This record gives sequence, C-alpha cells and structure tokens, in this order.
Amino acid sequence: MSERVVLGQKNPEDLEASNDLMTINMGPSHPAMHGTVRLVLQIEGERIVASDVQPGYLHRCFEKEAEYATYNQVFPYTDRLNYLSPMLNNVGFALAVETLLDITDDIPLRTQYIRVMVGEISRITDHLTCIGASAMELGGFTVFLYLIKVREWFYELLEELCGARLTYSYVRIGGVSHDLTENFTIRLKDILARTKNMLSETETMLTNNKIFRDRMENVAIVSKEDAIAWGFTGPCGRASGLDYDVRKDYPYLIYDRLAFDVPVGEHGDCYDRYLVRLEEIKQSMSMLDQCMEQIEPGPIVVDDLRVSMPAKKEVYNTIEGMIAHFKHVVDGVKVPAGETYGFTEGGNGELGFFIVSDGTGRPYKCHVRSPSFTTLQALPFMIKNALISDVIPTFGMINMIGGECDR
Amino acid sequence: MSQALVTELMDRFEQVTSVSMGQDAVVIVPRDILLDVAGFLKEKNMDAPVACTVIDWLGKANARFEVVYQLRSTTQGYRLRMKTPLDSEDLVCPSLTEFWSGFNWQEREAYDMYGVVFEGHPDLRRILMYEEFSGHPLRKDYPKDKRQPLIRRKAVTNV
Repeated sequence: MSERVVLGQKNPEDLEASNDLMTINMGPSHPAMHGTVRLVLQIEGERIVASDVQPGYLHRCFEKEAEYATYNQVFPYTDRLNYLSPMLNNVGFALAVETLLDITDDIPLRTQYIRVMVGEISRITDHLTCIGASAMELGGFTVFLYLIKVREWFYELLEELCGARLTYSYVRIGGVSHDLTENFTIRLKDILARTKNMLSETETMLTNNKIFRDRMENVAIVSKEDAIAWGFTGPCGRASGLDYDVRKDYPYLIYDRLAFDVPVGEHGDCYDRYLVRLEEIKQSMSMLDQCMEQIEPGPIVVDDLRVSMPAKKEVYNTIEGMIAHFKHVVDGVKVPAGETYGFTEGGNGELGFFIVSDGTGRPYKCHVRSPSFTTLQALPFMIKNALISDVIPTFGMINMIGGECDR
Repeated sequence: MSQALVTELMDRFEQVTSVSMGQDAVVIVPRDILLDVAGFLKEKNMDAPVACTVIDWLGKANARFEVVYQLRSTTQGYRLRMKTPLDSEDLVCPSLTEFWSGFNWQEREAYDMYGVVFEGHPDLRRILMYEEFSGHPLRKDYPKDKRQPLIRRKAVTNV
C-alpha cells in the first residue's frame, strides 16, 4: 500500500467518515483507461479515499458462446480474450482440451516447439504494449512509438505465418493450422536482433529516467502476502516477490527443455512490475533462440482422425477422408465426458480454462480464469490513499485487457 | 501429488468425498461444512485462490448447481478443486472471501451469471452485466439469443 503523507491533509480514517468527499468518474471512456473500465473515485483534494472499479463494458458472452460452438470453433473466440497475446490463449485452450482427450503425450514434438515459439512471440508483444502504453501515459511518447514499431515486426511475422495480424486462430486441437513458413527462422532472427537494439534504447530512455521513476517507484506497493491473498500471478505477482511461473513450476509443452530465469521483484511497486516485464521480454527472446536451435522437422498435427482434420488429398479422393472431414465440421471433436482445469502462463499470469465435457463435440461449460480479472479486483486496495495521478501507472502496470477481463 | 492433502482432508472430515477427474484432485464438500473445510485448508497452506465458478447441471443431476472453487498452495505446489452441490430451491452458499480475498470478484461473477447468493460476501452485486439486467445469463435455461438492450426508447405515439 502506498502510504503517502501529504502535508495539511486529514487522516484517512477521518476522511472515510466525512461527507464532503468529491465523487468523480474515470472512464469507461478515458484516454488513460485503455481497457474500457469505469473507476468511481471518492476524492479529498487529489487523494483517493475510496474507489469502485466497474468492469463489464466489453462483455461478449465468451462462455455462453463457447457452449454452443464445437471445440475448434472456440479458437476464434479465445483470440479475442487477451488480444495482445492471442497465441497464448489459443495454446492454453488447446492444452486444456487435449488433457480431456488424453492426447497430451501424443502431440508431435515439432508442434510443441511451434506452440512455444508463437506463444513467446505473443508474450513479447504483450509486454511491449504494456510498457509502451504505460510510458506514453507518463509522457514518454517516443518509447510508445518505438515499442509499437517493434510489436509490428512481430505481428507481420505472425501474419505471414497464419494470415491474420491480430486474430490468429492458429492453434488447433492436436496441432497447429500451418507449418512454419520457409523464411520464418531467418526473419525471426533478424527481428530479434533489431528488437535487442530497440530494447536497449528503451531502457536508456526509461529505466533511469527521473520523471518515469518518480511516477513508478513506491507507487501501489503490494506485499507478497497481499499478492497471494488477492490471487496475483504473472508479472504482477512476481514483482511482489511471489516466485511463481507456470512454465517453471508446472512445466507444460517443452518448457522443461529450455533454460530460462524467472525474474522476481523486491518491492512490489509499479517500477518492479515494469522491470519484471522488461526482463521477461529478454528471457522470451532467449527462449526463442533456443527453440530455433532445437526445433526439428516433423508432423504438425497429431496423427489421429478423431482429433485432427484429414489431409485435403484424402478428403477429395477417398470416402473415409470425406466422412471424417464432414464429421469434424458438423459434430466437432468428440471429447470424453469429464472436466479439467488446464492452466498455462498467459501474458498477465495464470490463464486457466475450466472445461466440463458431456461427451459431445461442444463444451458443456467453459470457464476462463482470466488473470486480468483477478488482478484488477485489487485495484481499489492498491490506489487507496494514493493520488489520482498514481492511478495511471498502477492501472497501466496491471495491464488490464478488457477482452480478457470482461470475456 | 495433491493426493496426500485429499487423504488428510477426508480423514478430518467424514462427509468429504473425493472424485477421480484425470490428474486433478477434486473433492465434493457439502455446504454445511464448507467454511470448516476452507479454514482447515487455509491452515494447510492452501493460500492462493485460483478460480470460482458454478456448473449448471439442468436435468442432469439431482442438485442442479455446483459451486466450484479452485485452490493452490504457493509453498507445496498442491492444487485442489472443491465442489459444493446446491439445490435450485435454496441457492445460497457461504462466501469464502474471508479466507481468500481474491474470490471477491469471482463470487460476484458467479452470482451475476448463475444467481448463486454468497452469504457473507462483503459486496455482492452484479459485475459484468448491468444492474437492470434480469435473469442469469449462463444458466442453461437462459436462451442464448435472448436480448435485453438497455435503451430507453420513446413510445411510438410521442414521435
């Protein structure tokens, strides 16, 4: 908690009891509330005495829609959860369904590498946007332009891979939709080298910038105990000293084959959240390097007609292939009855899919444990007794994504 | 891994039963002892709240609703899912926010979407839907294409 002593101010306890507080609305449409969320602030001067955070403006009935879609049709919906890192959502959903199908061990190695690579690229774009947007809101417009340019390089690379700039729908149950393009590795290496330069420029501009540090340091401090109790995960949790990364603690895909460090903060303030994200970008870049060295040719979908689409050649030339194709499109992948909670490390923390299947081709229930939603509920607690200007870095560093929070 | 905890829990509380769900550790906890079980788990280092939701088993089970809590231990790495069946006539469940404050919004969402009332919740309001919304959209008997626009239109005669 940020306990700021402001000269001439009353005690927080007296303020809460007093009636002459001013109520102001921040959002849902506000330049700094970039995730369409409404904050109702009770203020005394510039100090926030109480606040109410109201999400829901971007609610698109993800869970209801998912109950009426076949498992593969859910992928486009997952793209629109955290739209800064759609690949991570794709992968998370696919892994949960594959656990229910009990084919986790059959996924080809190349597919696993591809999923990790596109996932880490998405994590980089997610963190770049978070840092860039926050820097812009604190006055560093150059950083924003630099980082969004870098993000665009990665977007272009993924666009070449699957045809979409943002809503990829690239992963399928049991595999991915396309193999890596011929030049993928060469282009990725080039982009990573250029990104490294841009990152060092960003660091020069931000990390020891007086204005930036003054706005970020000792703002919205969350202790480790509070972080655990509020359900923090991901960069926000790690900044508070909670050493928890799903990739390390419950390894999935091929993360146990990669060498990487999990950055952990000491103070739990906004500045630590920024540093953790910056370091995670570097770790992801090193993971991409390792993946490019280790990846080998091979199939990209699991060889099981119940799960994967047959090859087009089969569909057009054999009756079995055509029937399999038809059944996939009309009925979807039949998933045995049961339930599972599949969780992966998303851009903002533990991204979980709780899926209940009743044995048909559509989920009976599909609940998303969204990290933004869980983290955002601590915002009133984080900005209590802070200044209005502190809301901006705090909110920016939570990196609330409307699509994921409101679903 | 989490099986040790489940065994311990079942030794302590007779009414708790465990269900086999793949690799996940799942226990069914009757509503009456949910708070006691929560207190016990909190002492056993299940300190992190993960998720809370409801399953609607319309016509598929005797108890229509099932509240699902997902917990994690930051020290031991245990994961546990608690399920509490609720009858549709009596949709009240004790709130676990006093043990894990992180369930605050999750329980509000469950209330919003399924209409389960969490007793003892500090601030039980709708969260994703607007206040004027009637019904609970994720219930299985809520039609998917039903519309409730929040627009005040002038009556035709006034035009």
